[in-house]
Amino acid sequence: MSFTQSQTAIDGGFLDPAFDAQGVFARLLTAISRPGTVVDLGVCCRSPAPLSMAQGALLLAIADGDTPVFVEEGSEAMAEWLAFHTGARIGEPSEAQFAIVSRPSREWLERLPLGTLAYPDRSATVLVEVESLKDGHSFTLEGPGINGTSRIVLAGLLDDFAEFRKANHALFPCGLDLVFTCGSELLALPRSTIVTEV
Amino acid sequence: MNATLPAYNFAYLDEQTKRMIRRAILKAVAIPGYQVPFASREMPMPYGWGTGGVQVTASVIGPDDILKVIDQGSDDTTNAVSIRAFFARVANVAVTTKTVEATVIQTRHRIPETPLSEGQILVYQVPIPEPLRFLEPRETETRIMHALEEYGLMHVKLYEDIAQNGHIATTYAYPVKVEGRYVMDPSPIPKFDNPKMDDCPALQLFGAGREQRIYAIPPHTRIESLDFEDHPFRVQEFDRPCGLCGATDVYLDEIVTDDRGGRLFACSDTDYCEERRERAA
Repeated sequence: MSFTQSQTAIDGGFLDPAFDAQGVFARLLTAISRPGTVVDLGVCCRSPAPLSMAQGALLLAIADGDTPVFVEEGSEAMAEWLAFHTGARIGEPSEAQFAIVSRPSREWLERLPLGTLAYPDRSATVLVEVESLKDGHSFTLEGPGINGTSRIVLAGLLDDFAEFRKANHALFPCGLDLVFTCGSELLALPRSTIVTEV
Repeated sequence: MNATLPAYNFAYLDEQTKRMIRRAILKAVAIPGYQVPFASREMPMPYGWGTGGVQVTASVIGPDDILKVIDQGSDDTTNAVSIRAFFARVANVAVTTKTVEATVIQTRHRIPETPLSEGQILVYQVPIPEPLRFLEPRETETRIMHALEEYGLMHVKLYEDIAQNGHIATTYAYPVKVEGRYVMDPSPIPKFDNPKMDDCPALQLFGAGREQRIYAIPPHTRIESLDFEDHPFRVQEFDRPCGLCGATDVYLDEIVTDDRGGRLFACSDTDYCEERRERAA
């Protein structure tokens, strides 16, 4: 039997899996329980394209053999890396628990699992890399996890983002949970958050 | 090789289990009040002793966290002491009895009197997570009732209380509605604590080990205790102050002091009571 695992698949994982995973999860929990809060995961992994560092770290922390991952423009190197470190396989949109897409649009409400009224948790978490979490379009947030209202700024979104969010929120308790990443930073918009364009 | 072999993974649970629980926690936070099923593990303690809370705490806690564990408000009962010792040993985390110092507080049946703050996590141990279970024993049915937001039965139950007793007689595990959607069991906390859940700045996580459910309330979430316009929700009132610290706006325990009918009413939250006495001294 020949050993064919490439070096790129083996490199770049967590140096200390138990503690790095806990650190990433703790920040992710902060992000999703306080929507709009930007958290920095730090430099904890090197993930192959098209995954950004934050996306790679998130998958290393909570993806495994039970969670098919859909990647819009995947690569062989990334699939190998993910399989080696987490055991997760690349799957179809309809079965994805994590989806890495280029932009959030209504198309994904038809292709990704939204959960059912009986089991709304059986829905995908969507990861989108944006140009910036500090400048660009302003959006106002309200809902659980937010004291009154808060504001986020995102760059690199299509015009139909507000419309997508409206359609997504209308599905509550079903719907997609969004995580915007930029380098090693991320912010989360769970389905419960009401997003309006400023 | 090191003479002391590591006997456990950090925080006892294996990494695979933590990933599964962490995913359940994230979905629970995204759908406030909805009970997310999870593959609960056997823990080195019997069901009913907080296996759900322990699994949630083990999945959340990190080396920099400071853990407090309370049982009915008290830091020094068997359940609280054992769980605190358990995490001090398997996760090597700092432990405290002071509410203000803790970053993670695991609780059985109380919310601390000291207001919680941003960044803290309150982990509840939950025996029966389904608020409708005693009204409808079938899981398939209660799941549909939650899906369709069909909570009439719960109001009938509260109404029957009024019809029989003249007031709503439910005093603990008093059902709440989370952000206007899911009816949720707040675990068997006294209804005295229900108002503390509303708009709470801390993250509240609930773990039911035997029943295999995790649910959550994000910070600053609207929590309403179910009631009627003509019978509004009211908390317990006590006709005397705490016998030790003199506090009047707290939940009191009745403590038998002798075999001649002696009674002491004292704060159920031992940390709060001690703090007040230290400040007065």
